Amino acid sequence: MISQVFILSSKGDHLIYKDFRGEAGKDAVNKFYEMVTALTGGQPPVVMKHKELHFVHIRQGGLYWVATTKADASPFTIIEFLNRLTALVKDYCGCLLEKSVQMNFALIYELLDEVVDFGYIQTTSTDILKNFIQTEAVSSKPFSLFDLSNVGLFGADTQQNKVAPSAAATRPIVSSQGEQGSKNEIFVDVIERMSVVIGANVSITDYMVESSLSTYVKMAHFYDLILPNIPNVISLPPPSLLSGYGAAVRVDECSFHQAVRLDEFDTYRILKVCPSQGEQTVMQYQLCDDLPTAPPFRLFPSIERDSGGRLLMYLKLRCDLPPKRSLPLLSLFSPSLFSSLSQELSSPDQSAELQPKNKAVHWEIPRFPGGAQLSALFKLEVSGLSAASLQEVGPVSLSFELPKYTCTGLQIRFLRLSPIQPGPSQRWVRYVTHSDSYTIRI
Amino acid sequence: MPYLGDEHTVRELRRALSNPNVQADHLRYRNTIHRVIRLPGLSQYVQQPLTVGLKDKAACVRRVAVLGWAKIHTLQPNTEIDVAVVNELYGLLRDPDPVVMVNCLRALEEILQEEGGVAINKPIAHHLLNRLKLCDVWGQSEVLAVLQRYRPRGEDELFDILSLLDPALLSHHAPVMAATLRLFLSLCSTLPAVCMSALERARGPLLAAAGSTSRELRYAALCHIQLLLRSEPGLMGEHYKRFFCGYAEPPYIKQNKMQVLVELVNDDNVAMVLDELRGYCTDVNTETSQTAINAIGSIGRSYTDRCLAILTGLLGLKQEHITSAVLQTLRDLVWVCPQCGDAVCSALEGWEDNLQDSQGRGALLWLLGVYGDRVTGAPYLLEDCIDGVRSEVSAEVKTELLTATLRLFLSRPAETQDMMGRLLVYCIEEEVDMCVRDQALLYYRLLHCGIEEVRQVLQGGRRSDPSLGPLIGRPPEPISQWASSFNTLEPLTLGASTVGNSDHATPKPSTLTPNTLTSNAEAMTPTPGDPHLPDCSSGALSLSVSPALTPEEFERLWLQLEKGACLEVCVQ
Repeated sequence: MISQVFILSSKGDHLIYKDFRGEAGKDAVNKFYEMVTALTGGQPPVVMKHKELHFVHIRQGGLYWVATTKADASPFTIIEFLNRLTALVKDYCGCLLEKSVQMNFALIYELLDEVVDFGYIQTTSTDILKNFIQTEAVSSKPFSLFDLSNVGLFGADTQQNKVAPSAAATRPIVSSQGEQGSKNEIFVDVIERMSVVIGANVSITDYMVESSLSTYVKMAHFYDLILPNIPNVISLPPPSLLSGYGAAVRVDECSFHQAVRLDEFDTYRILKVCPSQGEQTVMQYQLCDDLPTAPPFRLFPSIERDSGGRLLMYLKLRCDLPPKRSLPLLSLFSPSLFSSLSQELSSPDQSAELQPKNKAVHWEIPRFPGGAQLSALFKLEVSGLSAASLQEVGPVSLSFELPKYTCTGLQIRFLRLSPIQPGPSQRWVRYVTHSDSYTIRI
Repeated sequence: MPYLGDEHTVRELRRALSNPNVQADHLRYRNTIHRVIRLPGLSQYVQQPLTVGLKDKAACVRRVAVLGWAKIHTLQPNTEIDVAVVNELYGLLRDPDPVVMVNCLRALEEILQEEGGVAINKPIAHHLLNRLKLCDVWGQSEVLAVLQRYRPRGEDELFDILSLLDPALLSHHAPVMAATLRLFLSLCSTLPAVCMSALERARGPLLAAAGSTSRELRYAALCHIQLLLRSEPGLMGEHYKRFFCGYAEPPYIKQNKMQVLVELVNDDNVAMVLDELRGYCTDVNTETSQTAINAIGSIGRSYTDRCLAILTGLLGLKQEHITSAVLQTLRDLVWVCPQCGDAVCSALEGWEDNLQDSQGRGALLWLLGVYGDRVTGAPYLLEDCIDGVRSEVSAEVKTELLTATLRLFLSRPAETQDMMGRLLVYCIEEEVDMCVRDQALLYYRLLHCGIEEVRQVLQGGRRSDPSLGPLIGRPPEPISQWASSFNTLEPLTLGASTVGNSDHATPKPSTLTPNTLTSNAEAMTPTPGDPHLPDCSSGALSLSVSPALTPEEFERLWLQLEKGACLEVCVQ
């Protein structure tokens, strides 16, 4: 039972305020902001209590999304509701920033009106809401074809048909009838999040992948979607009965959305789903410890002191992906307590800087071809150098995004819509491996 | 929306609401009801359309009408809700639309609040269970919460219900899974084996929630996992790797995960867990590194050697916050495992650092006092502190200094006598803080009584605190202790208070068995009328239980005093 919902910017500006039950006053908003900014780093901010009122909030897009409740409600329900609300706003407005919330406040109030009645959550399904929401979304930057940088010289379609910019998925899904952007489009995303800890002796301490297969649908009508995966997805908890032979993909745990029909899953590994508009997670799976591919990056560090009392850190980073894959961006954090830095990097488009706020050295690598090895030499000034300072150089953390690559090897064989519909519809499949936390200890 | 309050507009609204066709456009109907219901003058005009709305063909109209009755009850408390309406709402529980059914439950909960909410009998409970699959996530969690009230008649019915709810336990929607688990635990409160197996089945979804992309959901799942581990510590044993902290996680999640890791330690994984915690000790965030060091200390109660090696290694980093946390952890560890004394002494040899943090300094002084006879440089370190006692701000540090110096005096009198004299003189003559002064006075008088008494007081039997006991072998709590707070906001708000307090655990100075004197650093007054305090066997110094003056006499004397005079009472 939700009493109020409000959205604040990170500076405390009131963007949206909606009171459902009239139980608490509007001063709760200021009280919340006071409490949340007064918390220290270690205190959990998620649930706070003030007199009889509980504040539950999430932070997304730099905004505070807050729900208050008087009764002792279920935390999972409220947090999930707030997450779902942000997903709805994202579906309608395209992106989740302060500006888009400000421009679309009427739409958001209407959404809140439909979704919650008297503090009780009615429905958050995009399909049903689409019938009731009248307001148009205002996007901050209209999508235009001229933004594409790789349009062919004479306007010819070269490979453009096969590639859509990543901004395509952020266009709002509900557009008015007159606009020409009302094609049917469906995006299937396989997003894998990798958590790896590599110990100091180059042994892999922890290797875990959590991933989800989700669909993002912008279609005028409802269709069934048939999605088969690579054969032999084994979804048994360990000990598993079948060990992988050849092209098998092993997962430890696997769970499906309620609406997925699994009748042909065991034999042909086919998933049938009728997805709702907007984003929906079809399947989630996890894999721990026994991944078929080695971790994509390996680091060979060496640290020593030179005669001038400086610390020399020589890092050699090796990418173990097959060649032809290149990486858009890599940033490397290495927390340490040093005062100044000078570096030598192996290629000119990389850059490194010392960030005293995080006490880290940040090394940016815009492009990293597969199978290559990059090196960097950092000379760091440190006051009060001692033998123990070498231990202080903290773990190196990489954050990257590998497109078109899945570390579990899961691939989608085909994507069929049934019944076959007359107009053109675009189907996009994306594989991304994202680093949740890739830590290498020195 | 017309301007309300105008006579003309009120008349128009009245006319609109009494129009039977207002429901034709269900959106309009809903919006009108929304807005009108709060106006006190018009509430009686709202009841008629609401009654008709309950029987409307369109489901969305019925949904609004049902909640409309709840709104009337709550927002206009003077209006009586007719029994016929309540019966109608009960009847609407059989509505084909699931959201109408759930809304009826919610409305009846509010309207029948004084009677304890909606009454769930067997047919209603079975009907709700059968329709559960048709509801969406929110509806399911609401229904499961209401079903808590239902008590099945026999074991057969109970097991039927449990097998029906089993798929919901594995749902990857966290609210549904949590609500189902709570229902399981309340239904099976008399069958512990079934509860345990329910916990094991829910482990997978809880772990998945603990790894979700949403940080807040992760935090909620972690708090609930901590609840589960209180009853079944081995539940997550083989999944300990899921609780390793990610690099970019916010500090409060890291601290929670570390607390969980401490519980999951066993012989197989202790090396890896300690390795991982060692990595977190040098974290950029000082609170996180302090929590990591405390965690290593907690594990050290069972795996002393390895942890000591790590802790003494951390001292070599010479980082202020790390050193302070390590000293506090060592002090707590030594209290429980006295066999670590040797390692601690060798770590304290050749100590040169100047700590700024008062808690760290207090811990250092305590350790020097206890192991002063084995650490060669102890008197000189204490002397440095005593020389600087005038600029010392913290009363706790001064108290520790007094105790440590006195302890050292017992073992190394020649080196310590002079500086102890200086310290006592300062504390008694010049010190402003009364607790410190009283402590110094107590020690002064003790010394007058003789060295044996001092030894008895300071080194008498150590009574350790049972909460600092070894980690493994702690008895698991019964599930009923925490089952009622599962899936509520309580574990998350409780988690906030314990994480904050873990670093500020007050040190336990030498508390002794009650048959000698109780020398407490905080309060100097004995508890009056305490019958368990017999006279000290040596007879030289004892605290009498009954006060020398009765309260009335004291008041009389006090009122007779002039301003600025002092009261002296002779204690027999």
